[in-house]
Amino acid sequence: MSGQPRSALWRLVHHRMARWALAVIALLILAALVGPLLVKYNGAEQLDIVALKNRPPSWAHPFGTDQYSRDVLTRVLYGARISLAVATLAVLLSTTVGVAYGLVAGYAGGRVDNAMMRLLDGFMSIPRVLLLLAVLTLWSPVPLSGLIALLGLSGWFGVSRLVRAETRIVRAQEYVESARALGVPTMRILWRHILPNIAAPVLVASTLAVGNVIALEAGLSYLGIGAQEPTPSWGSIFFDGVEFFAGNWWVVLFPGIAIVVTVLAFNVLGDALRDVADPRQVDVARRLPESTLTDPPSMSALQPSENG
Amino acid sequence: MRRQIVARLAQSLIVVFIVTTISFFVIRSAPGDPFSYDLPSITPTVREHWREQFGYNRPLPEQYTKYLASVAHGQFGYSLGRHQPVSAALAETIPRTLLLAGLSLGLSFAIAIAIGVAQAVRRDGWFDRITSAVLLFFFSLPDFWAALMALLLFTYWIPILPSGGIVDPVMHDYMSGWPALVDRLRHLVLPVLTLSLVTIAGLARYQRSAMLEVLPSDFIRTARAKGLTEREVIWRHALRAALTPMITLLGLGLPALLGGALFIERVFSWPGMGLLAANAIGARDYDLVTATVIAGSVMVVIGNLVADLVHMAIDPRVREWQ
Amino acid sequence: MAEPLLSVRDLRTYFYTENGVARSVDGVSFAIGGGETVGLVGESGCGKSVTALSLLRLVRAPGRIEPGSRIEFGGKDLVTLDEKSMRAIRGASISMVFQEPMTALNPVFKIGDQIAEVVRVHHGGTRQEAWHRAVQMLETVGIPSPAQRANEYPHQLSGGMRQRVVIAMALVMNPALVIADEPTTALDVTIQAQILELLRELQQKFGTSILLITHDLGVVAESVSRVIVMYGGEIVEEALVTDLFANAHHPYTEGLLNAMPHVGQERERLATIPGTVPPPTAWPAGCRFHDRCPYAWDRCIAEHPPLYQIADGHVSRCHLAVEPERRADRHEPFVVQKAIA
Repeated sequence: MSGQPRSALWRLVHHRMARWALAVIALLILAALVGPLLVKYNGAEQLDIVALKNRPPSWAHPFGTDQYSRDVLTRVLYGARISLAVATLAVLLSTTVGVAYGLVAGYAGGRVDNAMMRLLDGFMSIPRVLLLLAVLTLWSPVPLSGLIALLGLSGWFGVSRLVRAETRIVRAQEYVESARALGVPTMRILWRHILPNIAAPVLVASTLAVGNVIALEAGLSYLGIGAQEPTPSWGSIFFDGVEFFAGNWWVVLFPGIAIVVTVLAFNVLGDALRDVADPRQVDVARRLPESTLTDPPSMSALQPSENG
Repeated sequence: MRRQIVARLAQSLIVVFIVTTISFFVIRSAPGDPFSYDLPSITPTVREHWREQFGYNRPLPEQYTKYLASVAHGQFGYSLGRHQPVSAALAETIPRTLLLAGLSLGLSFAIAIAIGVAQAVRRDGWFDRITSAVLLFFFSLPDFWAALMALLLFTYWIPILPSGGIVDPVMHDYMSGWPALVDRLRHLVLPVLTLSLVTIAGLARYQRSAMLEVLPSDFIRTARAKGLTEREVIWRHALRAALTPMITLLGLGLPALLGGALFIERVFSWPGMGLLAANAIGARDYDLVTATVIAGSVMVVIGNLVADLVHMAIDPRVREWQ
Repeated sequence: MAEPLLSVRDLRTYFYTENGVARSVDGVSFAIGGGETVGLVGESGCGKSVTALSLLRLVRAPGRIEPGSRIEFGGKDLVTLDEKSMRAIRGASISMVFQEPMTALNPVFKIGDQIAEVVRVHHGGTRQEAWHRAVQMLETVGIPSPAQRANEYPHQLSGGMRQRVVIAMALVMNPALVIADEPTTALDVTIQAQILELLRELQQKFGTSILLITHDLGVVAESVSRVIVMYGGEIVEEALVTDLFANAHHPYTEGLLNAMPHVGQERERLATIPGTVPPPTAWPAGCRFHDRCPYAWDRCIAEHPPLYQIADGHVSRCHLAVEPERRADRHEPFVVQKAIA
């Protein structure tokens, strides 16, 4: 057994930071699934409207209550479900779209590729938050499914650039040329040769994206355009929980901590995945990009790991 | 090289065009129109009249061509909510956002480079490890939350900084010279700091990585063999070579920076483009919203263009078409 | 020889790694005289590059020059010299030419600036003066249109040109010693010849001593007056070049000479030395070459040979010096025997 290269999975499980991150995420999922069943109240339940309005943290209500007399801890636990689900589904969507777009552009090459990349440049130039703000407000109220769709459809650009770059590299390899010459159908080439090469960086990018989307969704909910009443996502907890948040700091602090811990866990996991599964980090220092707009460093290189 | 620059400019224009188109169609296809208020004074006839007058009842492609024509003339429409031409509203607010974003960017860049280099040089030492952990933490903070916490901390719990706005709403008009400047600075501190926090974290991690790539290079060994001090080797040779990817990152991070600015402006009531956009959207001020999205995107495109040009300036390898 | 320019005594450079202590340079002593060209020959892993880096104290953690080593130059011991004085020596009194011209130059600076930098660091003066000197130097190393080229960047030059630039950088301050670490290995054969010719010319012109490090005996034959052969972190043979080629003593040197292909050779297969260089973390006991040697006997396994004097100016670290009759006992080296068994 010694002398055999250790598999990526083995290395991941033994990576110190990754274990921590995986543990946290497992805990979160657990909390999301089981937590709401354990607490006494439900997320929208308004308790004693007078006596329990805006109570600071106490034994009965460890995270305090908000302006509608709801228990914040309960809402945070329910919020875990919403935030995690929304983020995961949205990232799933954006990964699918991004990979598809990137594969087509990278494989086709030539003018199709050029046109697709130019279009992509356009998409990428629009600040995501601004666009989401516009759409979510003008079409409000947007159901949760719509929110997920929008988050997914606004976040695939980076992945597609990554995939396109890798596809181009693999496409230019001789073994792909020979496969084509032998009449191997395109789908098979994509599946057997190109997909395995992009799996690792895409996985890394997706993991990091989940954290990103959780934060983004929280922000949008904070502005009031994300998850709608009474669905509690971590961001909406402090949108409708406070009129004057300085007086009710616990309503902002605790969901915020939940967000930070979650995003941190996903970032660490993404970093660890990169260390373990994607040794070929795009060597940015030596790349000579044709143009920054069409050939940037890969997304996974944008957030370098701790091991440099 | 001139050909290269011209080509890049043409590219940028195409992108702006694409952006304009997307923004227009996305916004104009929303249900309703600028006049969909639920006010008793706006009867259906009045609404119909306005729709007719402002061209909202025409088919979308026609509206689009009209819009393009007016944009080509520099006319972005009229803001009904603010009672001023859209271009005027933008002209007022864009510089403020630029101030915020620009200062953040400059500050972030300088600090991130310093931190990244310092970390790379003392790789795996205690400074490196602790800094990496701290940076990772800041990198994981949602910017609006960081802003809220900062507000809480420095405005309410320890009231040393103003809670929002760009200048003191009451006193500023009576200030002049030095106090006026200090007032402005005090209002800038928290927004710039919070916006920079997350940016610094990302940039520093990247700079560290870039430096670690460069430091084992042969030309660094050559530099030492020439008798240069370690300081000259790091700051003159290594850093210059490692700066290139940072510039690229700058360009790519611009949309995110603007997005972050939007949240920051909201939290601190900074009267910039982000706040303008948020209010305009709420008020269904379609022309203003469209123009804001376009303006934001144009800023990104320009930023990328500048980043490219700077890239060409500092790295001779990208100057010729290869 | 008269007072040598550089005198190395018992140099040891060890690397303290996770896998153990790598004794890359394990007791090396030699001297270089003024105006002399000395060749340092060996395979990769024998410690020659580390020796070169040690001379300029460019060895970085986890490597270090062990206490007890001495490198005498200009009346000072470079091993214990303070860093500031060492920096004054680097690039000015002793300079180095590295192996990879493609990566030895900083890609973002003009080549003129990179040469001028050496002048400014050691000599001071204005930018114009330094630039002027740089252009002069480019001309000296044979680069056409030097004034124009000085404004160009490394990626605009070919490999051979870049190596000339690196040589220019090394010689601009007229150093007493130039260490050339495999200066031609990464270049085409025709360019190789040009570069070696250039080094010869410059050496005659400026009277610089050159320590030429290479694994290629062919290069050595043309360019040096004295040869030092390294193996296993030590010197195994040293002689004048003609002596070495005519009367090679150490079996390793023999092996290297046999491995050189030459015109008129009748055998079709190139002779190689079987086995590989052992890792510096685990030098074999006894003679470090015994496993691969066609003459080795039990003494070689047990006893580490010292440098025996073979003739005037010719030493060899081989027990054959005291038991020359063993040379008749040629056999398959032990490493091959073990593999077959």
